[in-house]
Amino acid sequence: METDWSGRWDHLQKIVERGGPFAHPDFEPSPEILSFLKETCKILVIGAGGLGCELLKDLALMGFRDIHVIDMDTIDVSNLNRQFLFRARDVGKAKADVAAAFINARVPGCKVTPHYAKIQDFDDSFYRDFHIVVCGLDSIIARRWMNGMLISLLTYEDGELDQSSLIPMVDGGTEGFKGNARVILPGITASGVGIDGDDPKHIQWILEKSQERANEYNISGITYRLTQGVVKRIMPAVASTNAVIAASCATETFKIATSCCLPLNNYMNFNDTNGVYTYTFEAERLEGCLACSNKPQTMNFSETDKLQDIITYLQENASLQMKAPGVTTSMGGKNKTLYMQTVKSIEAKTRDNLKLSLKELGLEDGQELYVADVTTPNTLTFQLRIATTMDNS
Amino acid sequence: MASQKGGTLDKNNKYDRQLRLWGDHGQSALETARVCLINASATGTEILKNLILPGIGSFTILDGNKVEGEDVGNNFFLTVDSIGKSRAQVATELLSELNEDVSGDFLEENVDDLLQKNPAFFTSFTTVIATQLPERTLLDLGRVLWTANIPLLVCRCYGFIGYLRVVIKEHTIIESHPDNFHEDLRLDYPFQGLKDYCDSLNLDTMEKKAHSHTPWLVLLYKYLQIWEEQHGGKMPKNYKEKMAFKDLIKGGVRKNEHGVPEEEENFDEAVKSVNSSLHATGIPSDIKALFEDPSCLKLNSESKNFWVMVRALKEFTETDGNGFLPLRGSIPDMTADSERYIQLQTVYREQAELDSVAVAGHVHALLHNIGRIVSCLSRVESFPRKPAAAIVLGLDPRLAPAVVLILCKNGGQTPLETAVRKTKIRDFNIATGSSFLLFCVFISASVAKISSMHRTYA
Repeated sequence: METDWSGRWDHLQKIVERGGPFAHPDFEPSPEILSFLKETCKILVIGAGGLGCELLKDLALMGFRDIHVIDMDTIDVSNLNRQFLFRARDVGKAKADVAAAFINARVPGCKVTPHYAKIQDFDDSFYRDFHIVVCGLDSIIARRWMNGMLISLLTYEDGELDQSSLIPMVDGGTEGFKGNARVILPGITASGVGIDGDDPKHIQWILEKSQERANEYNISGITYRLTQGVVKRIMPAVASTNAVIAASCATETFKIATSCCLPLNNYMNFNDTNGVYTYTFEAERLEGCLACSNKPQTMNFSETDKLQDIITYLQENASLQMKAPGVTTSMGGKNKTLYMQTVKSIEAKTRDNLKLSLKELGLEDGQELYVADVTTPNTLTFQLRIATTMDNS
Repeated sequence: MASQKGGTLDKNNKYDRQLRLWGDHGQSALETARVCLINASATGTEILKNLILPGIGSFTILDGNKVEGEDVGNNFFLTVDSIGKSRAQVATELLSELNEDVSGDFLEENVDDLLQKNPAFFTSFTTVIATQLPERTLLDLGRVLWTANIPLLVCRCYGFIGYLRVVIKEHTIIESHPDNFHEDLRLDYPFQGLKDYCDSLNLDTMEKKAHSHTPWLVLLYKYLQIWEEQHGGKMPKNYKEKMAFKDLIKGGVRKNEHGVPEEEENFDEAVKSVNSSLHATGIPSDIKALFEDPSCLKLNSESKNFWVMVRALKEFTETDGNGFLPLRGSIPDMTADSERYIQLQTVYREQAELDSVAVAGHVHALLHNIGRIVSCLSRVESFPRKPAAAIVLGLDPRLAPAVVLILCKNGGQTPLETAVRKTKIRDFNIATGSSFLLFCVFISASVAKISSMHRTYA
């Protein structure tokens, strides 16, 4: 197929081959910029859903050609009102595959590589290869994991950040008529920091049960929609909001890749529930933000607290929200696993520790605990502050 | 699920995520929209895409141009092998693939010629969207549509800059699906039915189980009475008073034989609900403003149903409503035995029905006064249990419980002479252009808005 017909790049060339009063102060117009987009720049899109479909279209039209997309989901009927690369016949297929095939067929020369997988399935050697990561995720856990991964790729020389190790992340999110877009420079700017309610059979069962009760007591107005909305927190979603946010994310990606204009600094809020409202502000990096630093966090417990209390804390603390934390420590120069859920045999061996108090486990004030969890690609270090019973009284 | 008809269910599934925003009634309004797009530019096809996906009724593309190489460079709904063909036709074909429920059509013709030859073409639509059109043409088009009272949306994009203008006289919305509204519980001004019901229950003499399953609404009512007796009939207002009121409620929790409080979830819920439930009942300022609108005050035989409704509401608040809007009639979920929950629900619903019938009475009187036939009278009488407001306007009564959902109106703007302002309207069918050469354009089939740009580039 012809990939560079006459006029194809006319509009893009006006942006990257001319200067202007609103251009980035350091911008140097050049035909090489377009070549860089087409031949060198490698973009990772995370999510091939509402935002992902829009992002792929926008990026492909903006001249990016080496695009990878990761998505672990298959297509559902309820996606069709906005995920415009999918048709009814695609229901059940992998989103990443269908989206990539559509873009590759529609935009000549663009090569989207699909990965029907979880982001956790790949390691640093995979992520290191990209110039920019664009996230259209509906999961805070995945977003946090991604941010953690990009931070772990940073390298420092004599305390100075090696700029070439920095992979910018452009991140978008939507809910109903609201959305946001942000530009994150991992380690420099602020980081962005469910129940299976999607199984129709399960929801249907709950619906039937509640209808039985409703009939019995003459309650009206119970619908599938209502039931499903209550069981899992379903986000309302429309094509238009996704298009706005994806357009903003794609524009930022283009600006970062070409340096043609200053990027968004660094968080844009959008809401067209009532009129149209947007607001951009600079989200500041939080001191002690878990995602931004590898500094050990402090945990306060008393010596009579049980290991289970620590696990519960890791799961319920608002900024941690871990799923199945595994906890190890170092004792007498040896690593000791206190508890690990994810490996069955180890779980069985360490289960009894949960009921033991910190004192019984031999943990001391100031001891470091190393915590691994699916919500973060890195092991987090916590420093245990143990109050003795006397302190407590 | 299997027992339901395939077609309906399919739509329910397909549109599930948006129905949560605008409901079945919003969806059927969307499905009656006939949209005309002038020029299948990148902006234009993006806008249509975002209207076709949620399911407008039909669209027609008017475009006299042939596809050129540069068009294919930035327009996702044109292909390289279509260069030289009609841009209207190619875009219509590719856009039609997006949703089989939407019918698409096109006309390959110059806009100026058509305006001269057959201006009635433009007035056959419910909305017209014009992109990349020169001002001269826009002025002519604007005049035609303004006279016919058809919304015109004007968009143009240039690099990272873009604008959207809305040309529309008046746009009224019933059922505005507010984002966050208070429950309408009337604890501060309990109606007779609520008083009677709550007074019939005696917390002191209840069995243990009944005590812990008394709906928190009843608890709040009871403890408010005690509070008001001690505070000169005033509700707890500030933080301090509310804290004291919470303590008062907590003191009502039953204790076991050792003096330890029992676990009574309904009391916990009552305490939690204090902040959200004790707001003063009143008429929101935007609805008050509608009551003073000339269109409301001066009804005539041409008045829209909307304004008749507003006037009826106003008269209700001044008479039967004692200064309040009709009761919404719904109550939140709560810990309670089913029997008393249903009873409480019925108490609210019955009052809501009474209010609705009263509003309907005002509507009928008003229609009679302005010499209009009350076609819905018989329906109101035969469905006295449904909210009257909904019936008058032919809405799904479940979605319009009483009339409080109503109402907003934009400022009337003259055609193409005023700069677009942020309209105070919320509506359901917004679409957005997004691709190269356009950054933010927001549009809806009936009303549109303009966004601010972050950065511009020339």
